[in-house]
Amino acid sequence: MENKSIDVHNITVSYSGAPVLWDVDFELPTGVLAGIIGPNGSGKTTLLKTIMNIVKPVSGNVKVFDSNIDKVRNRIAYVPQRESVDWQFPISVMEVVLMGRYSGKNLFKRTTKADKEIAREALESVRMLEFKDRQISELSGGQQQRVFIARALAQKADLYFMDEPFAGVDMATEKTILEILLKLKDEGKTVLLVHHDLRTVREFFDYTILLNTRLVAAGKTAEVLTEENLNSAYGARLTLLEEVGKEIKKKDFPLREKDFDDK
Amino acid sequence: MNEWIFDIWTIITASTVACTSAILGSFLVLRKKAMVGDAISHSVLPGIVLAYIVSESRASWVMLIGAAVFGVLTNIIIEFLNKKAKMNADASIGITFTWLFAIGVILLAYFTEGGIDLDQECVLFGEISMINLDKVLVDGNLYLGPYAFWFIFPVFIIVLAFVVFGFKGLKITSFNEDYAASLGIRNGFWNYALMSLVSLSTVMSFESVGAILVVGFLVIPPASAYLLTKRLIPMIVLGCVFGILSSIIGFYFAKSFNLSISGCIVCATGIIFLVNLIYSIIRDRSRKNISIAQ
Repeated sequence: MENKSIDVHNITVSYSGAPVLWDVDFELPTGVLAGIIGPNGSGKTTLLKTIMNIVKPVSGNVKVFDSNIDKVRNRIAYVPQRESVDWQFPISVMEVVLMGRYSGKNLFKRTTKADKEIAREALESVRMLEFKDRQISELSGGQQQRVFIARALAQKADLYFMDEPFAGVDMATEKTILEILLKLKDEGKTVLLVHHDLRTVREFFDYTILLNTRLVAAGKTAEVLTEENLNSAYGARLTLLEEVGKEIKKKDFPLREKDFDDK
Repeated sequence: MNEWIFDIWTIITASTVACTSAILGSFLVLRKKAMVGDAISHSVLPGIVLAYIVSESRASWVMLIGAAVFGVLTNIIIEFLNKKAKMNADASIGITFTWLFAIGVILLAYFTEGGIDLDQECVLFGEISMINLDKVLVDGNLYLGPYAFWFIFPVFIIVLAFVVFGFKGLKITSFNEDYAASLGIRNGFWNYALMSLVSLSTVMSFESVGAILVVGFLVIPPASAYLLTKRLIPMIVLGCVFGILSSIIGFYFAKSFNLSISGCIVCATGIIFLVNLIYSIIRDRSRKNISIAQ
């Protein structure tokens, strides 16, 4: 494969003895939207964190842009799961987005005007600029997610890791995030995101990594999402899931959190 | 010398302890590690005693090293039990500090039999009213405050400098560790730097407020400030203001009724917290009513 963005080589990760990822091995080209999908507890978040070396693998190694991740940290950006932080933390929207301009090297330096300008642009592109002085607890779930996306955009990276950016967001946010993903792809950036909603995988992603502790399949979405692969990843649960999905579609159940802005 | 000068120095010393603790305590509260501060304040005891036994000196820098080593050790054991042995955070803390503290108590009791000049009461409770017995005098008559103040003051400066220069690092690692790690920021460094300073300030505060009450200084004023503000810097500043206010109120209350000064100061922090709590509950309720009315 030419122009590899990520090369995951035989990684195994375990938490206190039990394997969370087992011998996972795949490559990803640059300039694609790629989704990691799999059932709950299949190691999706762990895979993302292992690629960034936040979680250390027991064995195997990862290359990002053909080198050690520590050498290319200025080229990657990360959107952690929204639930992973305390939203009561006494900090403003702008301060969170400015964190996208931090690095291991400039931590002791002052934030520059250029950094602030980049942060403003990032907030603008997720339509959150008017909320820049709000405390983060005063935001709706979707708005919080957009702040996290803005922080990643402020990093001006080439490779974006996003952990469930569509989880529990309103329609407006989902639309904004989708626009941003497509824009990033147009600019030749690579996005790897953890996703749990099987129904939308085909619309969103060029590449799919199907995971269930082991790698079930990785490659172009159409080739990966075969019935056989899905059954092997989700087992009998998939049919149940599909049934539920059909029911929901039929009855038009409200799936998403109500948008705070609609009030 | 006038008595009021001693009073002023007592208040200044207590306020310096309070500010040092409030600055560090703000981050402990936000990192949900307030009880780690409690653990450190207790488990440095064996460090102090061992340093004393080994060096046979009561020079404070020797004890400081002993205490700092045990402060960091406490943190390492807690992290180990929590992350590697999969104990709950509260159980990890409970196991670590009671165990180390018990060792400290035994060491202290055993070695003080031999007439060592290290007082159990003093380490545990401290007494700020006694600090004026150790004076700094220049030329025999120029009074420059109690020794206890000159112990804690450099620590205050170090803590202040650390928070001013390391503000971005402390902020990002307190808010979002995983994200910080993705940027190549070393969480371990910031965690241990903060915890080392907590050990340092705790030990330096022993003489004036003791091991038990220093936790009140670390946690209560920042917790009060947390109720009132939604920004980090105002939270730290307000924590210091509440600490100083408590020092003044506590001191005069204790003096009028002849009570323990450090005890009264921590009581005052508690009362200030209560007032803030009631205020914030009323405030939130009226906000809710307004939004319902709309």
